[in-house]
Amino acid sequence: MLEVSRLSKRFGGLVATNDVSFTIQEGSISALIGPNGAGKTTIFAQISGFHRPDAGDIRFNGRSLVGLTPEKICLLGIARTFQIVQPFAGLNVRENIAVGAHLRRAGRRAALEHAEAIAHRVGLGPQLDKPAAALTVAGRKRLELAKALATDPKLLLLDEVMAGLNPAEIDEIIPIIRGIRQSGVTILLIEHVMRAVMNLSDHAWVLNNGALIASGTPSQIAANPQVIEAYLGHGAAARMQAQIQEARHA
Amino acid sequence: MRNLTAIILFCLVLLPAPLLIQSDFWITWLTLALFYAYLGQAWNLLGGYGGQFSFGHALFFGTGAYCTAILQIHFGLNAWGGFVLAAIAAGLVGAGTGWLVFRYGLRGSYFALVTLAFAEVFRILANSFEFTGAGVGLLVPLQPGFAQMQFETKAGFFWLLLALVGACLLFTYWLQNARFGARLMAVRENEDAARALGVDPFDTKLRAITASGAIAGSAGAVYVQLFLYIDPNIAYGPAMSVEALLVPIIGGLGTIFGPVLGAFALHAIAEIGRLAFGDAPGLNLVLYGILLVLMVLFLPNGLFGLGKVSFGLGSLRRLFKGGAHA
Repeated sequence: MLEVSRLSKRFGGLVATNDVSFTIQEGSISALIGPNGAGKTTIFAQISGFHRPDAGDIRFNGRSLVGLTPEKICLLGIARTFQIVQPFAGLNVRENIAVGAHLRRAGRRAALEHAEAIAHRVGLGPQLDKPAAALTVAGRKRLELAKALATDPKLLLLDEVMAGLNPAEIDEIIPIIRGIRQSGVTILLIEHVMRAVMNLSDHAWVLNNGALIASGTPSQIAANPQVIEAYLGHGAAARMQAQIQEARHA
Repeated sequence: MRNLTAIILFCLVLLPAPLLIQSDFWITWLTLALFYAYLGQAWNLLGGYGGQFSFGHALFFGTGAYCTAILQIHFGLNAWGGFVLAAIAAGLVGAGTGWLVFRYGLRGSYFALVTLAFAEVFRILANSFEFTGAGVGLLVPLQPGFAQMQFETKAGFFWLLLALVGACLLFTYWLQNARFGARLMAVRENEDAARALGVDPFDTKLRAITASGAIAGSAGAVYVQLFLYIDPNIAYGPAMSVEALLVPIIGGLGTIFGPVLGAFALHAIAEIGRLAFGDAPGLNLVLYGILLVLMVLFLPNGLFGLGKVSFGLGSLRRLFKGGAHA
């Protein structure tokens, strides 16, 4: 459904995306993981049209997205959320979601009805009339998800929708995301919460310093020494192995 | 629904005013308050709903005023025709300005400065050309009667402006319940987030500035028939721009009734100021300045927001923090 091939992006001397290629299957949940600053959000920004890649191609159902504006890409069926939540602070929850719903609904009533249905789906039902600025962090994350979902996307890019949530809130949002996939939406998520990645995704890619260093099912990735080193530093995998050995002998 | 009822009530209450009020002074006062409400409504569309703070709405007002005056004097066009063409001409100037400014992503204070500069450029141009009467200005011939939009009684202008303000109230009501309005407010609140939801900010802002310009231009056309005179300072000077933005800021940005409320309040204060200080030139503007500071500090949502938390201070803060976005 989405094919990213040999994608590269530099910011001055920093290579933010270095020859990255991956393919996302329709109907799947995939995860993009990696340490802070690995370039995950930059890849999202390129897929969604906020940054133009320096090289490489992004194809969505066979059509190249390079050079299209974010609004055009959204119309084609790719919606994204922002890691730093971007609510329309002066509007209430219903009106916030309706902006997304209006993409494919011209009438106000139809858009508001759709917004309400989406709000109930992500658990924002009781807060429909609250100003967006009055929501808690968990509420804002849900609103971010609801706004994107209201555009009826085929592919949903979720950028750390669980960051800053407590374990109970994470447990609430995992079945919501699974429900979205069941309704036929393909999902690509950036996430640091490994419990969620393990729980949700069929496939994961690991990014470090702008380049992909591993790919596989979440459990394969968790056992990959390169991945452990990327997160915990050079030699960490060997040290961990040694500690495990020691523990066994003791 | 409540808003719609309020709009109808407002028009019905004011409708018989000229029959009940005998004093010419008060009818003129009401007429001018309605005129500034109308101008403020134009500004509110772009500034209040779209978050684009123009400091040069005189650009549109003046274009409309000159357009109708020139067509009338040099080409003998009927004033009603001039009214329509004034709105079209000012709308085109709005579209042109918007195309230039929004194309390059100018926001916040940069947008404000460019509109201010454009109005100033037009003022200098109007000062230099023969067909605009240069510095002397243009005198529109007196032809009393409905046919030339010059009414024999004060009541005529009052009713004309009441109809225009009423039409604008209905337009704003529609805006609040339409996709275009939802998109405009989304752009005001957060442009990147709006883009991520498929809203084209350039297109949205361009429509808003075109409509806002057209309304301000039609206000200029009415002004010319009311005062029968226009010169570069009245048309393109900063006074009209300041009135246009002060009215909705005082009344309540991005609200249906804000400009109407603001125009009546501002006009009452200006009248008190005139009584207190006499006609000393410039003192009115000092008063306006103090008022603006007080409003931003203590009533960011305008008079309309006295009991309601909505939007206001945030966008003013953004105005000064804002900046260019490529």
